[in-house]
Amino acid sequence: MLKKILFTFVCAAISTTVFAADEVKIGMLQGFTGPTESLVAPMALGGEMAIKEVSDSGLFLGGKKVVPVRGDSTCIDAAAATAAAERLVTSEGVAGINGATCSGATTAVLNNVVRPNGIVMISPSATSPALTAIEDDGFFFRTSPSDSRQGQIIAKILEREGIKSAALTYTNNDYGKGLADSIQAAFEARGGKITAVAAHEDGKADYSAEVGSLAAAGGEVMIVAGYVDQGGAGMIQASLDSGAFDRFVLPDGMVGESLTNRFGDALNNSIGTNPGTDSPGAAMMAKITADKDFAGDDPFVPECYDASALLLLAMQSAGSTDSAVYKDHVMKVANAPGEKIFPGELAKALEILAGGGDIDYVGGSAVELIEPGESAGNFRETKIDGGEFKTMQYH
Amino acid sequence: MEILNALALLANFVVVPATAYGAQLALGALGVTLIFGILRFANFSHGELMSFGTMAVILFTWVLQGQGVIIHPLPTALLALPVGILVAIVLSLTTDRLVFRFYRRKRANPIIFAIVSVGVMFVYAGLVRIVIGPDDQSFADGARFIITAREFKELSGLAEGIAIKQTQVVTIAVAVAVVAAMFWFLQKTRSGKAMRAYSDNEDLALLSGIDPDRVVMIAWIITAALATIAGTLYSLDKIYKPFIFLQILLPIFAATIVGGIGQPVGAILGGFVVAYSEVMLTYAYKKFLAYLGPSGWAPDSLVQLLSTDYKFAVSFIILVVVLLVRPTGIIRGKVIG
Repeated sequence: MLKKILFTFVCAAISTTVFAADEVKIGMLQGFTGPTESLVAPMALGGEMAIKEVSDSGLFLGGKKVVPVRGDSTCIDAAAATAAAERLVTSEGVAGINGATCSGATTAVLNNVVRPNGIVMISPSATSPALTAIEDDGFFFRTSPSDSRQGQIIAKILEREGIKSAALTYTNNDYGKGLADSIQAAFEARGGKITAVAAHEDGKADYSAEVGSLAAAGGEVMIVAGYVDQGGAGMIQASLDSGAFDRFVLPDGMVGESLTNRFGDALNNSIGTNPGTDSPGAAMMAKITADKDFAGDDPFVPECYDASALLLLAMQSAGSTDSAVYKDHVMKVANAPGEKIFPGELAKALEILAGGGDIDYVGGSAVELIEPGESAGNFRETKIDGGEFKTMQYH
Repeated sequence: MEILNALALLANFVVVPATAYGAQLALGALGVTLIFGILRFANFSHGELMSFGTMAVILFTWVLQGQGVIIHPLPTALLALPVGILVAIVLSLTTDRLVFRFYRRKRANPIIFAIVSVGVMFVYAGLVRIVIGPDDQSFADGARFIITAREFKELSGLAEGIAIKQTQVVTIAVAVAVVAAMFWFLQKTRSGKAMRAYSDNEDLALLSGIDPDRVVMIAWIITAALATIAGTLYSLDKIYKPFIFLQILLPIFAATIVGGIGQPVGAILGGFVVAYSEVMLTYAYKKFLAYLGPSGWAPDSLVQLLSTDYKFAVSFIILVVVLLVRPTGIIRGKVIG
């Protein structure tokens, strides 16, 4: 009896191994439980859709099948994320990981699993600036931009507009502080001067004191890293009332119609930036998911699709599923030169790569990877003209 | 010229806003001090009473605006003010009948009254959120500025402008009128004298035939009117935000205690002391000193005593210092406890 059971087990083990030989596994290491669970549900489906698309094409590495294997990285439990990644790598033997969802979990997995095992990991949604500088041995990429990207974009715009000094106020939370720090660092690196930095609390009726202290420091413009329906608008109101500032720089939290509805022409010539792209990728994502039960343009769904696609296209380009080999091909397939690849065109990409050609993967989120392997992000620059946000250009 | 610029700067960022804010606090503190003088408890529901009265004003303002009844360049809210006051009076008299009278009959301890008023505060706050919701409401219309900073600069040729908002002038004008009317009432009318007598010595006042119920009723009527006016002026000047009426309670209480509890003159004085302290301690004097110093020189730092984050701490500090050093306040008032 015991022999029989043992035999079955051995058979099963052998058959899995045999079966796995022409099957490549990709780990979907996402925060399926915890604070991101509603966000992740469509994200993971988007990532798996790209895997299925590649697998069904029959063109991947001479006709190999690709299957996703899910692992729960949670969002805030680094130990659980590490354990899930460990399982994916050692017992499932995945060739690459699409994940993790949150920055904290991603950092833990990167240090404890990715680097020791030498596995490529592409995160669709970790945006912490700390991940830019982290030591990754070339195994880690992300299809979402660092939170500090917007600061660099704003600094670039200010330099182009000839603005040399600015006062900076931020809403007193992690978002505001992080954004303000990145704007200040980037602006000062370009030779600009932040005359004063003042936090403002949301939910107050009066911001004249905050504006007063910023006005004392001076500056050609006021950068308002706040919220459009909260203290950010209050800061602008108090500035206009006291005549302290009449030109503003408005990061993403401040770009909204309620602002122009409230202040109208008083804001003319102010500059806004917010995530946005003129790439048709997002619309195409929405189209190819039209018959699915999730929306292709939900938050981070295009990024997750792109993360899976980049993993597989890099493997195709390298002709190998060995992380140490194909890690050097991720940047190559993501960036120019080459044929532009949009969502739903993965078969075409595989074909070009198999023929030795070059591709420039655009995907759903208009991916452009910059060193050290993260998305440059896409930002829309607007200027208020005639009391309305007008798109100037995309960065 | 440099000195004029420095003064204009200070006027724009300190004097004008602090004066308007001080007038708003003074009106609020008057109501708190009046209730303390007559009913002998710290009325925590005062802030929400302001909110409730203001809400009524806003609702009626919208009705008037809808009917096209406006008094440009003055804000329509001034027309709606009497209706708001009436609503607030009804509310506070109802509250007194349903809640405070019960404890008055039991001759409850002042601390119990204070706790009860906290409960009343939550009920008011809930009512406001049910009726108008928790969001900001902007109801100011009419001309926004008497003079803008830019116009002032062009007119005077100075580098610094002084912006004066219409709401700031309206605030101060209304506050002066209301305070004058209230002092006339307290000093000259029979009811006012009765109230002062009741406040000074309850037993003696009762013995001389003063009707306590009437005094209490008048106290609530005046308080509700003051609260509505203060709340409306504050919201006109800044914005109506239901959440801030809990925050504003602290500077109002500070103003009441600084001035001397139960002392109307003290409440007005206290309002301005607190407002000016808040603004002056958190203002950055860099540019001001740069104008006064040799040309081309400017201090390296902002020369700011306290970060604006600590604006509310100023009220707290004043409160603690006054209670430690001079618990009776500037004008010798009652001592809580």
